[in-house]
Amino acid sequence: MASVRGIQEGIVNSQIWKSVFRVGIPNTNRKRVLAVLGSLILHLHPVKVRRSGVRMSYTWCMGGTSFFLFLVETVTGLLLMFYYRPTIEYAFTDIMDLREQAPFGIMREMHRWGAHAMVIAVWLHMFRVFMTGSYKPPREFNWNVGVILLVLTLLLSFTGYLLPWDQLAIWAITVGSSMARATPGAGNEGPMSGLIKLGDIRLIHAGDDARFGLIGGRSIGAATLLRFYVLHCVAIPLVAGFLMAIHFWRVRKDGGISGPL
Amino acid sequence: MTFFKDFINVLSAASISFLLLSSTFGCIIYFCLLDGRLRSKGGAAFVVLGVIYFVAGIFIRPLLYLAVAYVLILFGLSNLGPRLWDKKTGKWLLIFGMLGFFVSFFDPNFYLIAAKPDNVPIGAMIFLLGIFTWIALRKAYLNDKQIEAGGIPWEKTETSEKLFVWPDLVYTEMLCMILLTIVMIVWSVGLRAPLEEAANPTSSPNPAKAPWYFLGLQEMLVYFDPWLAGVVLPGLIIVGLMAIPYIDTNPKGAGYFTFIERKWELGIFLYGFLVLWSFLIITGTFLRGPNWNFFGPYEYWDPNKLVPLVNIDLSELVWVQWLGQPLPKLWPIREMFGIILVVGYMSLPPLLAAGPFRRFYLKMGAPRFYVGAFLFLVMMALPIKMVLRWLFNLKYIVHIGELFFNV
Repeated sequence: MASVRGIQEGIVNSQIWKSVFRVGIPNTNRKRVLAVLGSLILHLHPVKVRRSGVRMSYTWCMGGTSFFLFLVETVTGLLLMFYYRPTIEYAFTDIMDLREQAPFGIMREMHRWGAHAMVIAVWLHMFRVFMTGSYKPPREFNWNVGVILLVLTLLLSFTGYLLPWDQLAIWAITVGSSMARATPGAGNEGPMSGLIKLGDIRLIHAGDDARFGLIGGRSIGAATLLRFYVLHCVAIPLVAGFLMAIHFWRVRKDGGISGPL
Repeated sequence: MTFFKDFINVLSAASISFLLLSSTFGCIIYFCLLDGRLRSKGGAAFVVLGVIYFVAGIFIRPLLYLAVAYVLILFGLSNLGPRLWDKKTGKWLLIFGMLGFFVSFFDPNFYLIAAKPDNVPIGAMIFLLGIFTWIALRKAYLNDKQIEAGGIPWEKTETSEKLFVWPDLVYTEMLCMILLTIVMIVWSVGLRAPLEEAANPTSSPNPAKAPWYFLGLQEMLVYFDPWLAGVVLPGLIIVGLMAIPYIDTNPKGAGYFTFIERKWELGIFLYGFLVLWSFLIITGTFLRGPNWNFFGPYEYWDPNKLVPLVNIDLSELVWVQWLGQPLPKLWPIREMFGIILVVGYMSLPPLLAAGPFRRFYLKMGAPRFYVGAFLFLVMMALPIKMVLRWLFNLKYIVHIGELFFNV
């Protein structure tokens, strides 16, 4: 044991380790404070938290789980992007390839199950926040950011659903996106859309309505695939990442991890 | 066994109405939470409702099954009482629930649907929701007992006690991450992600379903037109969620689990989240088969199942069946009963503000009260319409095809 301790101390006291972490083993309160303050990642946390903030039975750890799953999705998604081309010719065959040829091919599995798990985790997070009344002042705004993040989570999952380009994908998106057709005033089958006319010519039709804008065509096709790919891999994650930063920052500013104020 | 399965199949159709008819749902929680016996006012309401179900069930068949389910649940809960929140009871409920679920896997029809790879997380979600609802209500129950005895909830006793983030929180987080990573790896190795044949725009599957988290919305399409079910109502769900902190002015219950201090908020939210959102997703996933027909959990998804088209509009019900007249040609006359009902329903808030809910009106102020009441009425329109459809085959209350307005 003594030698293990010796090696550990050797590493922790080396110039390399010190240059990265700045503090040694956090064995005094001063060092514990510095360990959190001195690290970009850890300084998301305050130095001290309420006891209830550490209790799993109180927090359910669902916010952290959602964030962790977002990171899992980012990493696995990045790896999937190496293999995948968002065109009608290649999308499905690339997925087949990935399934059959790529070594240790669980990235797609992990990405899909991670997505399902993330949706459930976000719901349970919302559930816990509601049940503990943690949306009450001064946390109203952060609850709202959370609701938008929930919607973005669903949209991320929805846009990703199309990408494998199999029967499951296109028909789920067909059903899901056909709703836009009925948007009042903006979908070609929606109420009041027929009233928007120029003389006798209807201005809202299948070629320019809300659904057309969403899927980039009259039916799910090449344009939809590309559009959803870009939304899924770039646009929505960027917005979600930005809002997450606000969400976490506001948790700190609004009184810390939820607990009685 | 077959009889048992048939019974559950029929019961599951009735249970939809049952869960929806549960303004009682909030009561169930309330009543086991506080008393647990039939003595309380809530208990009396239960008995009265049960009798009504039974009497009505003689005329409307599903209500009879409903009454059976109702009495079983009532009996179970009233026997458990506050013991429902014991850890031991919770453990046994979970074990029985899981046992029932896994034994059901031996039924080929059940297995076919529940073991679909994409449905596995939803099966897990049922249990997660159950477990976490139980945990939250148990904690609320324990806190409420303290509050009633003049004490404070235990979360408040700990506010002054602070822990260092390093090591307490950081280690908890790391353990969670390791655990989750293991779960994700095992899950990913054990269950392949589904991949069907290549996309073919000319052959649509039956049933064609949206991604699972939107199946509650797809289920709403059965009861409302697409512009309502697919656009307006989902929009209002988001708006409603965002409005919660601005409508709810109750200063109590911030940061700790409690039920008695937030009865209304919790009742409404639990109903919306557990019944109208989660339960409808579960229905849409496991109980809706080809042509979006309803199938019990042990029923074979027969694509040729014949479902009689017996739904009728309110106008036809009143004019033709009750008054024995032909339908009037002019729509304002034809639909006047429905219009009166809908307008009456949506103009309830001022009446409530003047009458039984005056207390809330004064406490919340006019804007909060009216926005909150409007959102609540819109939310409750769904279960009302669903119950009317399931029990009375009512299609539309107002059906103005001429103007694109059907409710």
